[in-house]
Amino acid sequence: MNQGVFFLQNLFNALMLGGLYALIAVGYTMVYGILRLINFAHGDIMMMGVYFAFYTAVIFSAPPLVAAIVAVAGAAGLGFLIDRIAYKPLRNAPRISALITAIGMSFFLESFAVVVFGAVPKPFIQIFKDKTILNKVVMLGGARIPLLTFLVILLTLVIFAVLFLIVYKTKIGMAMRAISMDIPTTALMGINVDGVIGFTFALGSALAAASGIMWAMRYPNVYPYMGFMPGMKAFIAAVVGGIGSIPGAVVGGLLLGFIEIFMVSYFPTMSGYRDAFAFIILILILMFKPSGILGKKSVEKV
Amino acid sequence: MVEKRLSTKTQVILTLIFILVMALLLWWADKGFDSYKQRVLRLIGIYAIMAVSLNLINGITGIFSLGHAGFILIGAYTAAILTLTPAEKEMSYLFGIQPWIKNLHADFFTATLAGGAVAAFSAFLIGWPVLRLSGDYLAIASLGFAEIVRIWANNALTVTNGPLGLKAIPEYSTTWWIYGWLLFTVVFIASLVYSSYGRALKAIREDRIAAEAMGINVFKHQLMSFVVGAFFAGVSGSLYAHWLTTIDPRITTMGPMLTFYILIMIVLGGLGSITGSLIGAAVFAILFEWLRDLEQPFSFFGIQVPGIPGMRILVISALFIAVMIFWQRGIMGREELTWNNLYKWLSGRKKEGERS
Repeated sequence: MNQGVFFLQNLFNALMLGGLYALIAVGYTMVYGILRLINFAHGDIMMMGVYFAFYTAVIFSAPPLVAAIVAVAGAAGLGFLIDRIAYKPLRNAPRISALITAIGMSFFLESFAVVVFGAVPKPFIQIFKDKTILNKVVMLGGARIPLLTFLVILLTLVIFAVLFLIVYKTKIGMAMRAISMDIPTTALMGINVDGVIGFTFALGSALAAASGIMWAMRYPNVYPYMGFMPGMKAFIAAVVGGIGSIPGAVVGGLLLGFIEIFMVSYFPTMSGYRDAFAFIILILILMFKPSGILGKKSVEKV
Repeated sequence: MVEKRLSTKTQVILTLIFILVMALLLWWADKGFDSYKQRVLRLIGIYAIMAVSLNLINGITGIFSLGHAGFILIGAYTAAILTLTPAEKEMSYLFGIQPWIKNLHADFFTATLAGGAVAAFSAFLIGWPVLRLSGDYLAIASLGFAEIVRIWANNALTVTNGPLGLKAIPEYSTTWWIYGWLLFTVVFIASLVYSSYGRALKAIREDRIAAEAMGINVFKHQLMSFVVGAFFAGVSGSLYAHWLTTIDPRITTMGPMLTFYILIMIVLGGLGSITGSLIGAAVFAILFEWLRDLEQPFSFFGIQVPGIPGMRILVISALFIAVMIFWQRGIMGREELTWNNLYKWLSGRKKEGERS
């Protein structure tokens, strides 16, 4: 295989992986922007979303698209519920309490999945009647790109377009941006703060579920701990891009996807360490530019 | 108002008597218990060391570290590599072994000390970048450190034997070794907390900027607390390895799961209380063993329920979230169970409201 073709294939893989990270990262960044809370359970909400899709398709033999919509809606509901039950009572508690609760919530969801769905990985491809979809390839300048990769990239683009419309063109998006700047003042302006926070959780969780479903199509298993690593990496992507900034999440996600794919394909001996790259990048970026690439610099007030 | 206090002499005598009584109890338990109960008893001691050391970092200094499992793993591997004989190592390392690692050998005590020392040294190295951060960034970075260590252990085949782990580690962790180390840990950390260093650490926890303004070198103190905590984490790792007899770098053995368990113990016992951590560790270990029944088949009002694997972690994490929402101070809050407090409580002189 010549260099150019090899590069092209990796480019598409990186775009896809980066897009998936970015979709999850947006959920982290929106919640952090508003509550200054790392929603540790975010990756596990993604996992729950994938299970929702899997079981809707398997039990009700629903077509994949319907299953995906049900799963996205289900995950949105779950995200909203988690905020109401676990995080809302701790709004005025020290920030570290909410963080600990989020860690607890993450383990709760994982063990819930183990108990209810079982720990054995399940092939996600079962939701498709036509199982050949995985094998279809598109030839592009000599490179064989799986059709699925194209689909995932395209869908990610569409979802991001919708997200930017919601955040920058609608009233609720304006309320979200206002809350991330100043909660008490926003409340004084007559905005239902808890409602908007709940909506933010729901929106972030829906995106995570969408990302998770595409993830499970590409890396074709669904299992209870599948959310942990993508969740961690997406959080790192959010930090790298500048936490609190949605364009930052996109930049960070893509950057992480590119670094991971290209490191592994050009230095195959390092591939065992692929999960460690992200954390090393995190520690480096936090040391040299803690506000991230697109983040605003904030000074701690006494 | 004069507070009624016990004299130092009485306190020392009471403490010595308490240690003696505990030792007798342990001796009795060690002789009388069957091997299962004995193992649980030992596990309580190991968990207690882990909890007290994490509590020094998280509860007393207020550095929210999630990297404890990393230090435990480092301690466990260091000690296990040292106590296995060269011949045993040659048998279990299927991918070849670094010669200098093969020929290392030491007795259990030295190995445990070495485990603690290597963990402490790695805390010193990682502390430079990580402790520059604060709050939740620090939490994530330290979690990242623990993951890097775990991934390294999974890949460095000639050093750690990779995913196969180390097997047939001699079961050196007797009740006496474990509780001896626990005693040393508690005495050391309690002396640290009650020294001027400890006051500085608490000042940093309450308000980092104010502490800095009072002339405390925040970074130095945090680093010291981090290194001391890591040392005892390494020690507990060695004890844990020689209790488990098999260690491997899976997520469930010495990964984020273990850090989460220790976090439950210290939150349950009360963040910032040493005695609370001890109680939390005991409660957690016993509860966790007791919940094992949930994973066995049982009958519930005549309905036969099959055993469900994973059920006890579900129950534990639900309980944990409930504790965080409704009972944040935990069993002890930031109070310590000292003779003075006990005395005051017994003589009914405990005043209402806040005591500072």
